[in-house]
Amino acid sequence: MADPILSVRDLVTYFRPEEGVVRAVDGASFDLYPGGTLGIVGESGCGKSVTARSILRIVDRPGEVESGEILLRRDDGGIVDLAKIDPRRREMRAIRGGDIGYVFQEPMSSLSAFYTIGNQLMEAVRLHRAVTTKEARQRAVELLQLVGIPRPEQRVDAYSFELSGGLRQRVMIALALAAEPRILIADEPTTALDVTTQAQILDLIRRIQDERRLAVILITHDMGVIAEMADTVAVMYLGKVVESGPVDAIFHAPRHPYTQALLRSIPSVLAEPRSRLATIAGSIPHPYARPEGCPFHPRCARSIAGVCDRTVPVVTKLDERHEVRCVLYGRPAEAAE
Amino acid sequence: MTSPQTILSVEGLKKYFPIRRGLLRKVVGEVKAVDDVSFTIDRGETLSLVGESGCGKTTTSRCILRAVHPTAGAIRFRTDPTRNVDVAVLPRAELRPLRRQIQMIFQDPYSSLNPRMTIADIIGEPLLVNGVSSLAARRTRVGELLDLVQLPRAYMNRFPHAFSGGQRQRIGIARALALNPTLIVADEPVSALDVSVQAQIINLMLDLQERLGLSYLFVAHDLSVVKHVSHRVAVMYVGRIVEVASTATIFHRPKHPYTEALLSAVPTPDPRRRAKRIVLEGEVADPANAPPGCAFHPRCRYAIERCRQELPRLATVDGSLVACHRSTELGLTGVASAAHA
Ligand SMILES: Nc1ncnc2c1ncn2[C@@H]1O[C@H](COP(=O)(O)OP(=O)(O)OP(=O)(O)O)[C@@H](O)[C@H]1O
Ligand SMILES: Nc1ncnc2c1ncn2[C@@H]1O[C@H](COP(=O)(O)OP(=O)(O)OP(=O)(O)O)[C@@H](O)[C@H]1O
Ligand code: SF4
Ligand SMILES: [Mg+2]
Ligand SMILES: [Mg+2]
Repeated sequence: MADPILSVRDLVTYFRPEEGVVRAVDGASFDLYPGGTLGIVGESGCGKSVTARSILRIVDRPGEVESGEILLRRDDGGIVDLAKIDPRRREMRAIRGGDIGYVFQEPMSSLSAFYTIGNQLMEAVRLHRAVTTKEARQRAVELLQLVGIPRPEQRVDAYSFELSGGLRQRVMIALALAAEPRILIADEPTTALDVTTQAQILDLIRRIQDERRLAVILITHDMGVIAEMADTVAVMYLGKVVESGPVDAIFHAPRHPYTQALLRSIPSVLAEPRSRLATIAGSIPHPYARPEGCPFHPRCARSIAGVCDRTVPVVTKLDERHEVRCVLYGRPAEAAE
Repeated sequence: MTSPQTILSVEGLKKYFPIRRGLLRKVVGEVKAVDDVSFTIDRGETLSLVGESGCGKTTTSRCILRAVHPTAGAIRFRTDPTRNVDVAVLPRAELRPLRRQIQMIFQDPYSSLNPRMTIADIIGEPLLVNGVSSLAARRTRVGELLDLVQLPRAYMNRFPHAFSGGQRQRIGIARALALNPTLIVADEPVSALDVSVQAQIINLMLDLQERLGLSYLFVAHDLSVVKHVSHRVAVMYVGRIVEVASTATIFHRPKHPYTEALLSAVPTPDPRRRAKRIVLEGEVADPANAPPGCAFHPRCRYAIERCRQELPRLATVDGSLVACHRSTELGLTGVASAAHA
């Protein structure tokens, strides 16, 4: 396999508001390969969005990337550690939007209501490439065409509020692709959309990915979307990647008790009508009151008293690509600090 | 009403909202949010109303609760074994006793509970309003209701902010059950919840239905959730019902092209089943300007000339109710059944 284009190692991002510490991302590691799709999945508050924002170095105050590595392989083969760059520096601004394009959940808040979508696309194009106004406009039309917007020559002069939710999300993707990035981070890109529109957008992402060998990080809480799109999956729970591996292993041979329980609890169109779902006891703890030891232990049916509640499990490699963070899998646990 | 088992019968329901423009707020058009919708719900039955954003699901349920006044149609509700009333035309003063029997569960467990009231007061409020003036009697009933939704009685004196989304949804359900309703209208009751909590609430709703014989009108856009709760499913598209059938039939043998496309678009949580999807072109039609004929025709891969001109009526085909000109000749694909999974 080729070298990863992005390697995240032991990423730690904390928020330190006055009331306490939120360990939003607490030791996350994963790799992204050229042309590959990494799905990051987990329930609300597990740190998916903060992981994405950490990579782009746009974490809101009072949050900060505290430690870990975010290794980006650039076009020339050189490797930069984004965790070490000052987020305000020009270099980071060039990477953000340049090497790495991104799409977030709320297209309304990311698109300006004051400029036409054409103006916004042209600006994005020119930020990363010296072209004339005419060329930039031509490029904007091409981008709209690429993302399947009908009548792009006319739509280029439209405002975002004149478009439906599905078309707005397409414009967001066009914007993310304006500088021809090699990585696309899409955080819940279809969560606000209807299923048929979601199918269109997922189709679009897949098509562009094939055409350009784009590497995609797809963040979602929807296991169905993950099963459909990802080739590698990282399952997060309370800031930690508890299990990662090839999509088939995650769905057909999950090892972490949380992954297993989560998969059993998702409703499915394949289920018997009116069949009860398996449940996970309890609920996700409050951000300020995260459990000691394994974050999942209070809800875990297999937790071992005196072990899981005291020590943070280390990562065990089950095979070349499948890793799990749970004491049930062999390796002795590290003592908690 | 059709049978003594029927608790609700909606007949030809319409709700048109005026579109006003300009300084004088002149009416320049109508949003046909609900346009000739009919269905029934039996005692102890769950009917789900599904369809994409803006198809009229919420407006239909708001008509049943008389939160909005229907433009036309009848909403017959059985108040006791021998009597029914038409909610659509009932004078406001006579709605009150009805409100005990038809209750609502909301989507957003965060905004639907008053943050300044204790759990006991929130759940007890409908009792107080309906004349249970003794505090002791109310607290006894609140205790029973907390048992029913599987929350500790000790939570009675706490405030809503101390609870998770799933717990708040349980509180909302307890409150809805306070007056022993027979029909519960639940508009996207689990859409805002995390998967693990969603499963708990779905199971709770199934349990309560069995124990109390409740009927549910379950409004949802998530077809996977619908599969787990419904006896029957009604699919809406731009203000109209296009298909009604039993849950198994809708999912495995859909007869309307829109139902087929909707099912095909649902991602299946199994990477070994990455099927070729039917990707619909374009977007859901605007109910202020619905296409003539079958509103689905601009996106339908089976459309013929007749579809562009003539409105298809709901008709029975192999036990399903379908509004499609081609429903008898098309062999459509549903999802595989669990048996073949
Ligand atoms: N600006 C902030 N200040 C304080 N805490 C924050 C801030 N942003 C996020 N957090 C906390 O960080 C944790 C991770 O949040 P994050 O947004 O990454 O979750 P998520 O997995 O994206 O969830 P969702 O599925 O709800 O989008 C949460 O506990 C959240 O409350
Ligand atoms: N008070 C109102 N005034 C004008 N138009 C309205 C009003 N309420 C709803 N509508 C319109 O009626 C149509 C149906 O809306 P409704 O809320 O019933 O849809 P829905 O199926 O519940 O959608 P969603 O899945 O987004 O909740 C929409 O086009 C909506 O914009
Ligand atoms: S009536 Fe025609 S357009 Fe409408 S669903 Fe049937 S085949 Fe398609
Ligand atoms: Mg998020
Ligand atoms: Mg609605």
